[in-house]
Amino acid sequence: MANFQEKIAKLFPEATFEGEETVMISIPDVKWHDLALALRDDEDCLMDYLVTIVGMDWTDQLGCIYYLMSSKYNTMIGVKVTTTDRERPMLHSVADVWKVACLFEREVYDFFGIIFIGNPDMRRLFLSIDWKGYPLRKDYAEQNEVSVENERQSDMTDTYIELPDGKVEKKEVAIFEPGEFVVNIGPQHPATHGVLRFRTAVDGEEIKKIDVYMGYIHRGIEKLCEDLTYPQCLPFMDRMDYFSAHNYHHGLCIAIEKAAGIQISRRAEVIRVMMDELSRIASHCLFIGTYCMDLGATTMLFYTLRVREQILDIMEKTCGARMTFNYDCIGGVMQDLAPDFQKDVKALLEILPKNIKEYNKIFTGNVIAKNRMEGVGYLSREDAISYAVTGPSGRASNWACDMRKLRPYSIYPELDFEEVTATEGDSMARFKVRMREMEESAKILAQLVDNIPEGEYCVKVPKVLKLPVGRWFTVVEGCRGAFGVYIESDGSTKPYRLKLAPPCLPLAGVVDHITRGSKIADLITIGGSLDYIVPDMDR
Amino acid sequence: MPYEAFKDNEYIEKLVKELKDNGTNVIVGSLDKLINWGRSNSLWPLTFATSCCGIEFVSLGAARFDMARFGWEVARASPRQADFIMVAGTIVNRMAPVLRRLYDQLAEPKYVIACGSCAISGGPFRKSYHVAKGIEDIVPVDVYVPGCPPRPEAMIYGIMQLSRKIKVEKFFGGVNRQEKQREFLESHPISEVED
Repeated sequence: MANFQEKIAKLFPEATFEGEETVMISIPDVKWHDLALALRDDEDCLMDYLVTIVGMDWTDQLGCIYYLMSSKYNTMIGVKVTTTDRERPMLHSVADVWKVACLFEREVYDFFGIIFIGNPDMRRLFLSIDWKGYPLRKDYAEQNEVSVENERQSDMTDTYIELPDGKVEKKEVAIFEPGEFVVNIGPQHPATHGVLRFRTAVDGEEIKKIDVYMGYIHRGIEKLCEDLTYPQCLPFMDRMDYFSAHNYHHGLCIAIEKAAGIQISRRAEVIRVMMDELSRIASHCLFIGTYCMDLGATTMLFYTLRVREQILDIMEKTCGARMTFNYDCIGGVMQDLAPDFQKDVKALLEILPKNIKEYNKIFTGNVIAKNRMEGVGYLSREDAISYAVTGPSGRASNWACDMRKLRPYSIYPELDFEEVTATEGDSMARFKVRMREMEESAKILAQLVDNIPEGEYCVKVPKVLKLPVGRWFTVVEGCRGAFGVYIESDGSTKPYRLKLAPPCLPLAGVVDHITRGSKIADLITIGGSLDYIVPDMDR
Repeated sequence: MPYEAFKDNEYIEKLVKELKDNGTNVIVGSLDKLINWGRSNSLWPLTFATSCCGIEFVSLGAARFDMARFGWEVARASPRQADFIMVAGTIVNRMAPVLRRLYDQLAEPKYVIACGSCAISGGPFRKSYHVAKGIEDIVPVDVYVPGCPPRPEAMIYGIMQLSRKIKVEKFFGGVNRQEKQREFLESHPISEVED
């Protein structure tokens, strides 16, 4: 780590370093693109995975914090780039360095109005073209009324190019080539798994380009959290990716506890991990059901929901809800386990292997399923990393990206489980990885179910929780990939900025790349196998 | 479900009284009854889900809660074939015109159920910059089902309320609900779409 710091300091004397656990490099904007290339390509860094871009408004300056990870060395750093111009803030784009950056930069532009020079597609991402103001800026006060009139849409996009003399020029580019036949899929379409819209350019049956259009369920959770105290932010985690409710709660709780220096009891840790793994099984069950239903095997939904209902029953007995549990809280969990929790989990573990065997028998070996899934939607390892496709979808492309292994949290280091990967990178691999992950989760549950230690389930935390000034970034493994939580505190009871980096946004970003050249019927197979949740990507 | 087990019978009673006051022809009344018996027992929902509530709607269709018992299982993907929209989830600014268009595309007679606190009032996201504070300004609502998300049982109860409402409607002549709908559409117009 120190080695590469020296190297960077030598190459870029302007860069300043701070922080211990995660090094934060500050760099002037003009040098940022060169630094990005160096960080990605230098043999001692190899920062090939862009975790997220956190847009920031510090009132006197606007800026971005980039979190980078290396898939080889498993190190994480942050890079801070700022600008003082509020009227027309501009930074240099890194869309050519990491492919996912194109989407992340559009998000920052949407929320903060920062223009990225060199980004090929500088449109708003979630909000309409006519939206007034940039909502996550601290001085945002505009009123945008809800209208039932169709929103104005454009087939053009902007790109900003830097001329040799340093001036920046705005250029209009068409999204689709002239004469291309564009089919609109969504937002109201049963196979997009929510309100997502694909503008698909087709040539006969072949897909030429997909323009992913999101924001149909953008609820502004990040801005809402800025007006709420830390414990009040927690319930929103249930409503992003509602299948990984426990995992997301866990992530935010870890971030807050780390910042406040709260040590939770072992009993609470074990309960949290058990709930995480239970929700992983429930989530993958629903994935298998809906995915098979998309492919025409409706019966599978009824088989898989049987197991899911059983898990929901276990959770309901303890948490009191079927979906929005709000169970993990700062300092532990909300209430103690229900008396027959262990008995129920054991009953589940007993029937689960039989059920998985049954799913495989009904569907996986089926010749129609094989023909529709094998070799469809291939994603290479390099592209998976560059597009930041994490979770089971990334692991199906042979990228070991399980945050439970890479950045161990809670009691995961003590547990014996395998990180499931596959080398094929097609839809079938993504399906099979999830099947096997259910078995691994069951393995974790079997290790813990008889070893729940006694103790308090929630430690005492101050009634009014204040975090010290600083910034924290935590990544946990949701059911669909790496979920990042960034907290910046100004010392008050409310977060100055809470950035949630969901796994599903990059999953939607990769759809265009992965579907190019395949048939339009394969779009359903590929989209289903990526398993994105739209409220998660839109927040 | 017995009549007393429903919680808000006053509303239905008021509706029935209004109808009785106007008086009905025996033949038309019997025909109404027959048609409404058929309509209320084969309600086809539109597959429409924006967020969490939609997943509970999926559970409703599966074996445990099994809405096929009541004749609601034929979820249609096209609004032109559906009888009602179950607005399951938050409606945001960008989605509002889409919801309105879906509603306009439904074939008459059409109904709307606002399912979950987001659809009723904006729910936990009420203060957000990009969320509609309830759908009643976008489409006329027949039944509200509270919850975040409502349990599948609550959803069943909500759709049962809708069937009860349909049962007492006059299909021939002045349909009391359709009058309200016309008023709503007149007060919430949308301009001509150029295409």
